[in-house]
Order: sequence, then C-alpha cells, then structure tokens
Amino acid sequence: MTLTYIPLLAILVSLVAVIPIMLSSKKPNLREFWTILAGVVKFGLVLTLLPGAIEGRSVELHLMDLAPGIPLALNADPLGVYFAIIASGLWIFTSFYSIGYVRGAGEHKQTRYFASFAICLSATIGIAFSANLVTFILFYEMLTIATYPLVIHNEKKEAIQAGRKYLAFTLTAGLLLVAASALVYHYTGSVEFTPGGLFTGLELPHTTMLVIFILFLGAVGVKAGIMPIHGWLPAAMAAPTPVSALLHAVAVVKSGVFAVIRVVGYVFGTDVLGAYGLNDILIVLAGSTIILASLIAFAQDNLKRRLAYSTVGHLSYIVLGVALLTPLGMQGGIMHIAAHATMKITLFFCAGAIYVNLHRTEISNLNGIAKVMPWTMAAFTVGSLGLAGVPPINGFFSKWYLALGSLEGDMLIPMFILIISGLLNAGYFFPIIHRAYFKKGEGLEGYGEASPLMVVPLVLTAILSILFGLFPNLFFGLFDLANSIALSLF
Amino acid sequence: MIESHLPAYIALTFVLFSLLIPAFGIWRNELSQPIAVLGSGIAAALSLYGFINYLSDGAIRYYFGGWEPPIGIEFVYDGLSGFFVMVINVVAFFVLIHSHHIGKREFPGKEMPYYTLAMLMMLGFNGMILTGDLFNLYVFLEISSLSGYALLSIGNKPAPYAAFRYLIIGTFGGTLYLLGVGFLYTVTGTLNIIDMSAMLPQLFDNNAVFVALILMIVGIGVKAALFPLHGWLPDAYTYASSSSTALIAPIGTKVAAYILFRIVLWLFGIEITDAIAPLSTIIGVLAAIGILYGSIMAIAQTELKRMLAYSSVSQIGYIIMGLSLANPWGFAGALLHVLNHAVMKACLFMVSGQLRLKEGHSDISRFDDSYRKKYPWTMAAFTISAISMVGLPPLAGFFSKWYLVLGTIDNSNWLFLAVILISSLLNAVYFFRILEKVYMKNPVSGQKEASDATRDEAPWSMIIPTSVFALGLIIIGFANAVIVSVLLGIYPL
Repeated sequence: MTLTYIPLLAILVSLVAVIPIMLSSKKPNLREFWTILAGVVKFGLVLTLLPGAIEGRSVELHLMDLAPGIPLALNADPLGVYFAIIASGLWIFTSFYSIGYVRGAGEHKQTRYFASFAICLSATIGIAFSANLVTFILFYEMLTIATYPLVIHNEKKEAIQAGRKYLAFTLTAGLLLVAASALVYHYTGSVEFTPGGLFTGLELPHTTMLVIFILFLGAVGVKAGIMPIHGWLPAAMAAPTPVSALLHAVAVVKSGVFAVIRVVGYVFGTDVLGAYGLNDILIVLAGSTIILASLIAFAQDNLKRRLAYSTVGHLSYIVLGVALLTPLGMQGGIMHIAAHATMKITLFFCAGAIYVNLHRTEISNLNGIAKVMPWTMAAFTVGSLGLAGVPPINGFFSKWYLALGSLEGDMLIPMFILIISGLLNAGYFFPIIHRAYFKKGEGLEGYGEASPLMVVPLVLTAILSILFGLFPNLFFGLFDLANSIALSLF
Repeated sequence: MIESHLPAYIALTFVLFSLLIPAFGIWRNELSQPIAVLGSGIAAALSLYGFINYLSDGAIRYYFGGWEPPIGIEFVYDGLSGFFVMVINVVAFFVLIHSHHIGKREFPGKEMPYYTLAMLMMLGFNGMILTGDLFNLYVFLEISSLSGYALLSIGNKPAPYAAFRYLIIGTFGGTLYLLGVGFLYTVTGTLNIIDMSAMLPQLFDNNAVFVALILMIVGIGVKAALFPLHGWLPDAYTYASSSSTALIAPIGTKVAAYILFRIVLWLFGIEITDAIAPLSTIIGVLAAIGILYGSIMAIAQTELKRMLAYSSVSQIGYIIMGLSLANPWGFAGALLHVLNHAVMKACLFMVSGQLRLKEGHSDISRFDDSYRKKYPWTMAAFTISAISMVGLPPLAGFFSKWYLVLGTIDNSNWLFLAVILISSLLNAVYFFRILEKVYMKNPVSGQKEASDATRDEAPWSMIIPTSVFALGLIIIGFANAVIVSVLLGIYPL
C-alpha cells in the first residue's frame, strides 16, 4: 500500500532537484550536492520496488486522466524496475564523474548542464514506469527536449549542427510514435502496456499491422540506433563525455531498446508479432546493424565516434534478442541492457578522462598512455574485453543467452552474426589497447592520472562489469529478474 | 435571475464600456486602458460564470424584448457559443492588461479612441457568437470588422495600406455572406438559425440553398483566413501595432471559424453540406494546404510578427480541418485547438510586443543570446508557447494534435494525418531556430556575450499576462481530459 507513490516520487525527485540546482548556481559545491542527493534518493526509492519486482508484482498508480479514457498512469512492473535500477544506479556514478569532468575541462554553463541532466533522469525513470503509450510519449518527448541542451552544450558550430540533427531525428520519431499510438488506440481501444499485447483476438489485415509496426519501428528505432536511422547518435558525440556516457550509452538509447521491448512484448505481444511474421523485419534490420556498425567502427579514428558506432551495434544485440521471440533470446536481450550499460559507460568515462587529462581524442594519438593512466586503461581493457564477449566479464553471459535464444528458435544466422560481431568487436577495440600498452608514446611527460572524481567512478564501473559477469545475481538479483521478465512474455 | 439575462449582459458590458471610455477618456486619457481592462474583465467573468452555469443548467435562449423568434431576435448561449465567448473574452482581458505600455509607446495620446474601438470590436465578436439570427450576425460582423480595420491601421507606415486591403477583401467576404443569407431567406422565409435548421433538411437538393452555403463558406472563409483567402492576414498582422495584433490575431479568425462550425454542423448539418458536392472534403483539403503553406511561409520569414502571422494561417487550418472531419474526435480536437491556439498565439504575439518595446524591433536575424539574460521571463514564456506550438506533451498543443490525429484515423484520412505530422515538424523548424539564437551563442556572428547583459525585463503588466498564459498551457495540457469530455458533449450529432 505504502509503495503506491514510490514510482511517482522516484520520477519527481530529480525534477524537483532542478529547483535547488538552479538556485545554487553561484555555489558549485552546494549545487553538485543536490545532484548527488537526488541521485542517491532516487536510487534508494527504486531499490524499494525491487523485492516486489523479483516476486513479479507491479506497483500501479493512476494519477489523473490525460485524455478521456487514457490515464496518466505509472506501473512499476519488473521490466520497468529493471531498467530504472540500471539508469538511476549509473546516474550516481555519472554525477561524480561529471563533477570531475566539467571542472577539469572548465565547461561553461554548468548549472544548465546539471539541471538538464536531472530532468533527463526524471524522464528516463518516467519511461521505465509508464503504464501506457500516452504516458510513455510524454516522458519520451521530455527526454528528447531535456537532452537537447546537453548535446549542444559547448555551443560550437559542430555541436549546434549535431543538435539540429538530433532534434530532426527524435522529433520525427516522436510524431511517428503519436501516429502509431493513435492507430493502436483506434483499433484496440486501449493504449495500456499489457503482457501479451493488445491485439489478441483481433483479426486485422496484414497491411494494417505492418503499417503500425513500421511506424513503431521508426518511432523507437531512432533512439535504439537501428540502422539506417541511427545518424543522430555519432553526431551527438559532440556533447560532453559524461553525457555520451550516461545518455548515449545508457539512458536515451536504452530508452529506445526498452521501448522496443515494450512494443514487442506489451503492445503487439510476442505471439501476435510472430503470427504476422513482423519480427523478421526486426531480425534483418538488427542483424545488419550489428555487422555494419562494427565495420564502420573500424574506420573511426576519433575514440568517441568509435564508441558511438560500437554502441549502435550493441543496441542491436538487444533488439535482435527481443526479435528472436524466444524466452532465452529475450532474456539475453534484457541482460545485455545491463551488461552493455556498465561496460560502455566505463569506456566513455575512460574516453572523457583521456580527453580532460591529455586533451587527446584521436585513437592514433593514444600511444603509450597506459603508462601515465594505468587505472583508466585497465578499466578500458575490462570494458573492451567484455564487449567482445570474453568471459568472465558480463558481456559474455548476455551473449551466451542470445546465442542460446537463436538456437532455441532454430535460427543459425543470428548466432553467426553474434560470433562474427564478437570478432569484429575484438578487432576494433584491441588495437586501442595495443597502442596504449605496447607502443611508445610521445609528449606524455609530466602527466598522471585524471582527477580521482573521474578515475574512481570508472574503476568502479569496470569492477561492476566483472562482478556482474562472475555473479550475475550478486547485485539486486538482476539475472533472476531478467529471467522472470522474459518468461512472462511468452 | 442573472443567469437568464447572461447572454445579453455579456454583449451589453461592451456597449456600456465603449461609451464609458470616451466619457472618461476625454477628461483623463490615461484612464481609457484601465476602464477597458475593467470592462473586458467583467465580460470575462460573466462568460466564465455563464459556461459553468451552462454545464449545470444547460443552454439559454434569450429573446430580446420578449419577442419570440422568428419575429424577434434571440441570443443563444449553448455549449459552442459559450465556449467561444469564454475563450475570446478571457484572452482579450489579459491582452488588454498587456497593452498598457505598448499603447504608451506605439500610439501615445490616442488611447481613448483605441480602447473604444477595442470594446466595439469585442462587442461585434461576442454578438456574432451569441446571436441566433443570421442577419443579426452580419450586423455584428460589420461592427467587429469596421473597428478591426481601424485597430489594424494603427501601427507602422504600411499599416493603413494593409488595413485598407483587408477592408476591401473583408467587405467582399462580408457581402458574400450577406448574399448567402438573402438566398436562404427567400427559400425559407426565416433568419433564425434554429428555425431555419429545421426547414433545411426538406430543401437538401435545392440549388439556392447550395449556392447560399457556398457563398457563406467563402465569405466567412475570408474572415477565417482559410487558404487561399488568407492574403490579407500577413501584412495586416505584421504592420499593425503590437497590441492590436495581440488582440485580434488570437481571437479574430477563431470567431470566423465559429461561424463556419455553426453553419456547417448546426445550421445545415453535415449531410446537407455534402448533399450536392463534397464540400466538407473540399474545405478540409484547403485547410490541409493552408497548414503546409502557412508553415513553410513561416519558416521563410525573418520577422517574428510576420512569422507568427503565417503560423496563424497554418493553425487556423488545424481548426477547420477538424471541422471538416465531422466526427467527435476531430470536433473536440478542433475546439481544443481554438482554446490552445488562442492562448499560445496571444502569448507569442505579446512576447513580440515586449521585444518591440524593449529592443525596438522583432527581427529574428538580430536576436542573440543576451535576450536570455535580459528577458528571462519573456523568453521562458516564449519557449513554453513555442514547445506547445510544436506539440510536445504535456503542453496543451500536444493534446489538440492527438485528438485531431484520432479524428483523421477515425475517417481513415491518411493524407490529413500526414499533414498534421509534417506540419508539427515544420513548426519545430521555425521555433527552434529562434530558441537556438536566444539560448546559445551563435559562433558565426560576433554578437554580445550574454554575461555582459544585465536583466532588463519588460514591465510587470506585460510579464504577468504572458506568464499566466504560459502557465495556462501547462494547466490546459494536464486538464485537457476534463475540457475534452465537455467538448465531446457539445458535438451535435
């Protein structure tokens, strides 16, 4: 009973924190205190929902009507709690890291930065807990708008162009989502996320279902970075690195793949989607994205851009796992949300530390830096190995389940794609490690590690990646949670 | 007791105050504006009370002098007229508060005639909405138009020319309407709307009725700036005084849209409207073209007021498209958009007035990021209205779009659906372009650093109305379910 308002509070905490953050713009330490406080409180609130989620219970709250018959409703179901834990947990790391980053890099308009960040987190948790499509749209668009000031943060020409590109992609996606949701409402009379979907028992023509599915695909595919509508993501690397780390590796893009799961499992329903054969589209798109993104990543000399394309590829792992429409594949996809989050945030943190400390952004300039930044590069190595799927780092397990999922569905091609992609990942990450450890660097005299505010978070996320790999259930029972969510959808 | 006379009181308030303003204004010119604010405040309060009263007690038919129609003239205060009267009077009240400083700058010493004209125009608007008689409607149309022309001619150098052009086109439109009324009168022998609507179903294939309908739609289409009859609007709105534009732009075209609603859905009904030719589809297609045309032209403008004027052409298209769908969702979406657009556009035009007052221009190419420091409240209101215009939740603009989208899907009208979605993107283009300039430094031009600028906000009499409207957009967004359930109840079929 007392839990009812917790999802709402978890959303509001960081939104309310915006006010003290803005008011203490002249006192940076106080301002950052509010950010950290909001992060910890938010994470704590989400954690209280966890025991219920593990038992498969949901916390529902109807606030008011958004439109006649469509409530502004929250539903902290297991999937939502799973996503909320990852996003809010990693926000705490990112907050500390951000403080080190913006101060180290001497960024301007720091208040706007921290305020926007807090709003983004509210929107992300709102996305996690939305009970229906219209509530979801509300938070999805809120995330779009709140991310914009972060993308254009440095206000250079390149950043403003990236911002325009970002808005063009995401606003179009938002409109497609409106159209798709309205069509769902028209045909089914409901927009509420329901395990098993809304279309059961309706005999709609194949074309209608195809149109609705493609609209949804465009709507959620942009944030999920599915090719060919991934273009904003590499461009958005113009943002400060903590933004890339949390938003473009965790919150925003994971909202996209989270939306894919919601659409597949809770709007269409896995049975209906399979019956109409619509998941094949998703498999083909995700499969080709995985391979293409990995190949493009090879060609990038800019470290953040290489990470961005790696992100595009790994997001499609999750989409692929979902599209297989098998319990094990779904579980692998859901696990990869957490796995990729911890590893990719580590890698971005490393890229930011290198930039702030050495002012280097290109991979060809990273020769020998492991000597001066041993901790950073150790963490980087852990993240890269994990993304390549080397056990015991947590990327291995999710990939294992994805492979099992494709075998369960009697599909060999997705499994080969996973194997090839693992090799490609190794191919584009290991040269970086090789350069850092084994090539002789120049101009590194007098440099040491970046500030502890940056190094400690990135080492912690790297350790987290290993611990999750060794003991998937150690923290918060995330493995069991992913397992029960996947089973509930079939 | 007051309830039964309410429709008359609302109109009479404006009659009374249009006399009070000259009476006091001759003595003390600076009293004109406060008196006008008082008058429109009373009217706004009466119409709010009237709408609440309508919700509990139903419609009021008020016979002037006790003469029953068809002999006498009646005012009809039903859901549709009540809603429109409420919207325009509340918006006008805030805009008149806002006009104080603009008046002192843009037409000093002429406040007395200005506010008298404003009261007369509001009388015309209210009369058009409330009257139940087609010829009486024409009389009020002329009252509002003549005072509107005069108000629009106060402004820049080209303003009289633009207003004169509007006068010619507008009079032409009014005459077409009158001709249509004449045709209907010869066929039915009545001018009362309720009376006539009972007779028209027997005359559905009568050519005179058909011609009358077309004449009325075209005539009112001019007033509503329905594409391609919108030519007068951009010039008239751009060159007029900021306070005239802020007063007329949000509500003038809405009143014309109201008449179209009344004619198409109440007087004729959608079956008779479409009996001989698919008129509702034609109106809808014109509205759709207008939506895209207005948005594209708005992108091409470099002057804020002119951009907003073209944006109005586009937005009126949403309302008329919703009408043409002739289904409950489209209807509710259109009426919600009447409210939303009145609030948004009033807020945006008031912001342009504030910029003109403080900067002396509203030329987008000269905007820079010092505005963010100088006018934090003004720009916050602008941002909220702009985001609402783009149609992002939870602001009001999203929801009218949502209901219109539902309406197009109910009619399987995929073309209109695409138009609504594309137009939202175009809106985003022309509004984010400004937000970009105001909130961040432009690396191309060597503009002032925002940190140099100090706060130089517009006076509170301007900040409060814009802030109230910006806040209103958030409230309407969250409360729209309540509003829309009422609006769905008004739908006549």
